Amino acid sequence: MSAKLSDKIATLLMWLSGLIILGILVAFLAYMLYKGLPVLSWEFITGMPSDMKAGGGVGPQFFNSFYILFLSLVFSIPVAIGAGIYLAEYARASRLTNIIRLSTESLATVPSIVLGLFGMIIFVNMLGMGFSIIGGSLTLMLLNLPVLVRVTEESIRTVPAYYREASLALGATKWQTIWRVVLPSAIPGIITGITLTAGRALGETAILIFTAGTTASRVLPDLDVTAAGETLAVHMWYVMAVGLVPDRLDVANGIGALLIFTILIFNLLFAIPGKIIQKRAGTVR
Amino acid sequence: MELVEKCIEIRKEEHNMTLVYDRYVRYLFITSAFFMAVIILSIIVFVGQQGLLTFTEVSPMEFFFSSKWDPMDGHYGAFSFISGSILATFLAILFGAPLGLAGAMFMAKIAPSWLREIMRPATDLYVAIPSVVYGFVGLTILVPFIREYFHVSSGFGLLAAAIILSIMILPTIISISEDAIRTVPKSLEEASLALGATRWQTLWRVILPAALPGILTAIILAMARAIGETMAVQMVIGNTPQLAKSLFMPTSTLPSEIVVEMGNTPFGSAWGNSLFLMALVLLLMSLAMILIIRRIAERRVA
Repeated sequence: MSAKLSDKIATLLMWLSGLIILGILVAFLAYMLYKGLPVLSWEFITGMPSDMKAGGGVGPQFFNSFYILFLSLVFSIPVAIGAGIYLAEYARASRLTNIIRLSTESLATVPSIVLGLFGMIIFVNMLGMGFSIIGGSLTLMLLNLPVLVRVTEESIRTVPAYYREASLALGATKWQTIWRVVLPSAIPGIITGITLTAGRALGETAILIFTAGTTASRVLPDLDVTAAGETLAVHMWYVMAVGLVPDRLDVANGIGALLIFTILIFNLLFAIPGKIIQKRAGTVR
Repeated sequence: MELVEKCIEIRKEEHNMTLVYDRYVRYLFITSAFFMAVIILSIIVFVGQQGLLTFTEVSPMEFFFSSKWDPMDGHYGAFSFISGSILATFLAILFGAPLGLAGAMFMAKIAPSWLREIMRPATDLYVAIPSVVYGFVGLTILVPFIREYFHVSSGFGLLAAAIILSIMILPTIISISEDAIRTVPKSLEEASLALGATRWQTLWRVILPAALPGILTAIILAMARAIGETMAVQMVIGNTPQLAKSLFMPTSTLPSEIVVEMGNTPFGSAWGNSLFLMALVLLLMSLAMILIIRRIAERRVA
């Protein structure tokens, strides 16, 4: 086979791979929306679930999903930004820094089911929280942290050094420089990171089954953090794995479409514009 | 006069406070950062402690090398789950890595820039799709398809799990290998092209070898994601504690077995502890992968 021919074949194969990759994604999204959108209605999204009869809704699960996501972000963002600032601004090449980096990388690869079991030991059993919204959010925080730390560190590192130099030369302290100059410039990147993390955390299941539980409150909205808080993703798994409702396929289709829809909004409305802003800012500099 | 002095005094105090803040706020950051190390250590300690309690009642030989799993009857052999996890991961890499790598080469060197601008967010979306949704689509489309197409009795099993996993690891492989390919110095590529090599020869013989450490990192991270994946695998693998003798036989993996059985196991029993031991095995496997990636990165610098 001549070099030119193999070049052509390889190029063709790579085009094909690129299109297959896009095709699988589009097929996934389209299938889920096609199957699930007809199920979605105001009654489905806000209604109470039913255990035996068809026609139940997912109101409490919908609320719990966002409530747990919100709490887990409230817990993880301050810590992650603190750690990110340390790694980007203060850390020198020392053993401590090395340990922190290794820990963050390791935490990012711990399987979520292991995080779930850890949360079960610590929050559910040792601290006696039981299957609860607070236990679920604290465990979910462990999933968010490593990603958020990395994103914060990267965003802070992209702030040009002369911003800091100018601020320091004007007599600002290091902390004033970080708080008033560096962090505001890094915010678009950090927000993009938070949105991507939120999308991932919203669909997380394995962590929450044994920490937030598989039952949901009968009151809506229930702000009690000690109540069990089944989320949409957990409910979708639950109806398929152990559910008894006759219309479980419909319920699962509906939740699937709802999750995909939310994630598309997260990505298209927040994450992508954030990246464009970052890029613009990059070219202006 | 007194007023001016007082003002100066206040300014001084304020300035001192600023300096104090500056000194102590860094400890806040160090604490946050050190928190990461505390978390990962406590995960190892607590999951490990609970898991190792298994060995007070079950011999390590039985747990690791027997595939007879019947906790009601006192048999705790986890070999079929361990081998199921490893096989599913291996097959997923076998299916997913070539496609992902070709996609990464396409994105880095061949795709027109508008298509690249579409593919970037597309890989982000791949990550954002919840694993239950992957599992659900696997359950409602892939499993019936395998049953019809291969004329097998159930369709659940390693093949279904590996196909779903190979899709789920695509974004990891694509984004990291694309970065690696893109960071290969332009001069290498130009030298090869100037010598008369075609684009494919340049990619295959010059760019890929130079990007190899990054590509290996991508594959190992993909393995870590695949071996720990719980929900999607649980929905398509059949959840039967038996050694898989074919790709179409219902079997089980470490995480899927944990998620199925944890709910009805008393905490602290030998049964419950053996599930924690399975989690410890998973944890150690993923930590080992991180250490391998670190070794690769160190060598790249050297």
